[in-house]
Parts: sequence; structure tokens; C-alpha cells
Amino acid sequence: MTVTQQIITIAICVLGTMATRFLPFLIFSGKKEAPKYIQYLGRALPAALFGMLVIYCLKDVSFISGSYGLPEIASMAVTVGLHLWKRQMLISIAGGTLFYMLLTQLIFV
Amino acid sequence: MLKKALTAAFPHTVPILAGFLFLGISYGVYMNVSGFPFIYPCLMALTIFGGSLEFVAVTMLLGSFAPLQTLILTLMIQARHIFYGISMLEKYKGTGFKKLYLIFGMCDESFSINYTAEPPADVDKGWFMFFVTLLNQLYWVMGATLGGILGSFIPFDTAGLEFVMTALFVVIFLEQWLKEKKHYTALIGVLSSAICLLIFGADSFLLPTMACILCALTVFRRPIEKAGV
Repeated sequence: MTVTQQIITIAICVLGTMATRFLPFLIFSGKKEAPKYIQYLGRALPAALFGMLVIYCLKDVSFISGSYGLPEIASMAVTVGLHLWKRQMLISIAGGTLFYMLLTQLIFV
Repeated sequence: MLKKALTAAFPHTVPILAGFLFLGISYGVYMNVSGFPFIYPCLMALTIFGGSLEFVAVTMLLGSFAPLQTLILTLMIQARHIFYGISMLEKYKGTGFKKLYLIFGMCDESFSINYTAEPPADVDKGWFMFFVTLLNQLYWVMGATLGGILGSFIPFDTAGLEFVMTALFVVIFLEQWLKEKKHYTALIGVLSSAICLLIFGADSFLLPTMACILCALTVFRRPIEKAGV
């Protein structure tokens, strides 16, 4: 690939990404309110998307081989437990991550 | 006013600081060992600002020139941003000139934080979201550039640090869960993703998942709205 072709390839990645980010705003950001259905989606989607992102993070974890996803499940439980207890985002995330690092470096090597 | 918003935004981005530096450095190192000078990961982090696509783009750049295929792959990987945008139509309203950057920098993490975080009442919401987005991008560009410069000289004894992103999304999911009375939409998201992951596999489950979520939200609109969404 020549440098020009590389630049074009990267530009396509940029434009494609921007298209997906700007599209809803271009269509629905006018003076008029967005249709009721879109407004409903705007309220209903986030919880579903957060669920999707959690699963997305686990997509490469194998639950039928290796450590059977045990470090991930245990560390997620620690994260949830800490969060229900202290309700401090940073403590829950740091605690869960440190626990995972300990598990994967010391026990499930 | 700006300082106040920055101070309020920073703590929310600390997990991303750890996660993005780590992932950004991994990405930069990957680019470096694939034979690209550091300016590539630096500029790509700055302009694309989408981690998963940037990793895939390395393979594209190493292959033969295929603009149409690049475009299709980009749209497939990034399609979820359309849903983020629909969710943020209200929140980004009235943010003035900052709106352009807020939309440009709307990655998974910035979307999740800007949707859930509630800044103190005396902090300007627009600037708060602006700084969350800016700091996140800063971490990512710094990591990618650093990795690109240092290449494989970085000793990786930080195994497991990548879990910080999983923990972040677990906490954000939980926060949302605790806020709502009924959990129909959260369950729709988790079940659709898990089932599609089983059927379609790790590399191609996002699009079917999004289709499933959209269908379920449309079919069950009445009970979901009744539950107060």
C-alpha cells in the first residue's frame, strides 16, 4: 500500500466513524422535536446498551475451557459487591480490577 | 466555571485513565511492531478515536488497498454509535459549539459516563461532559503515542489491567439498574447480547445484537413505557 492509499484508508475509517456518530444528530436535531418513537428509544436504549457493553467485554472469555471464566465471574462479583456496599465508582472498579490481576497472576496462571 | 467543570469531570475519568493508557499503549506497540512510525497511532487515535476499529485498521493497512471493504467494515464495527447518538439527543441539546466535539468524541466510555454521571448542581453540564470527553481522548492519544514510540521496549507486567474496562461497564450497568424500578430494557440488552454471542461468535455478534435489541424494544414498547421508561 502506498502512503496515499494508507491516508485514504485511514480517512475512510474516520469518515465512517463520524457518520455513525453524527447521523442521529443530523436527522433529529432540527427545531422540531424528534418523533415520539425515537424519544422512547433514547430513554429505553441506554440500559440495554450498557448490558451489551458488559457482554462485549467478556466476548473473548471462554467458559468451556481454560479457567472457565472463573476469574472474570469472581472479579465481577467483587466489583458488584463493593459497589453495593460503598457506592463509590472508583473503589468498586479499582477493587475489582486488582482482584482480577491477583487472580490471573497468582492463581489462574 | 471551566476549572470547576474540569475538577468535577476528572474523578469520573480516572478508571479510563488506567484503561486507556493500558489499551492505548498496547495499540501503539502493536502498530510499532507492525512497522508503522509513532505518528500513525498518534494521528489515528486523534482522528478515529475508536479503539476496536483502530486495532482492525492495522490489519487493513497491512493488506492490499480496498476502500469499499474498509468502509463496510468501519460502518459495521461503529454502528452502535448510532444508538448512542439517539440516547444522547436530549443530553447534548443546548451545549452550543461544544456539541460538535461531544459528538466527535462519543466513544463507548464517554457515552456511558456522560449518560449516567450527574455533576453537582453548580457545575455547567455542557462543560462537564466536554471535559469527560476531552480527558478520555487525551488518555487514549497519550497511550497510543507512547506505545508507538517505545514499541516493544515496554515491560508488560501489568497482566490483567484490561479488566478495568469490564469493571467500569459493570459499575455503569449496575448504577443504571439501581436507578430503575423495572429492568426490562437492561435484561433485553444482556440476553440479546449473550444469545447473539453464542450464535454468531465474538467477531460478528454486535450487529445481530443491535437488531435484536431494536426489535425487542419495539415489540414490548407498551409494557416498557408503562413501567416508566
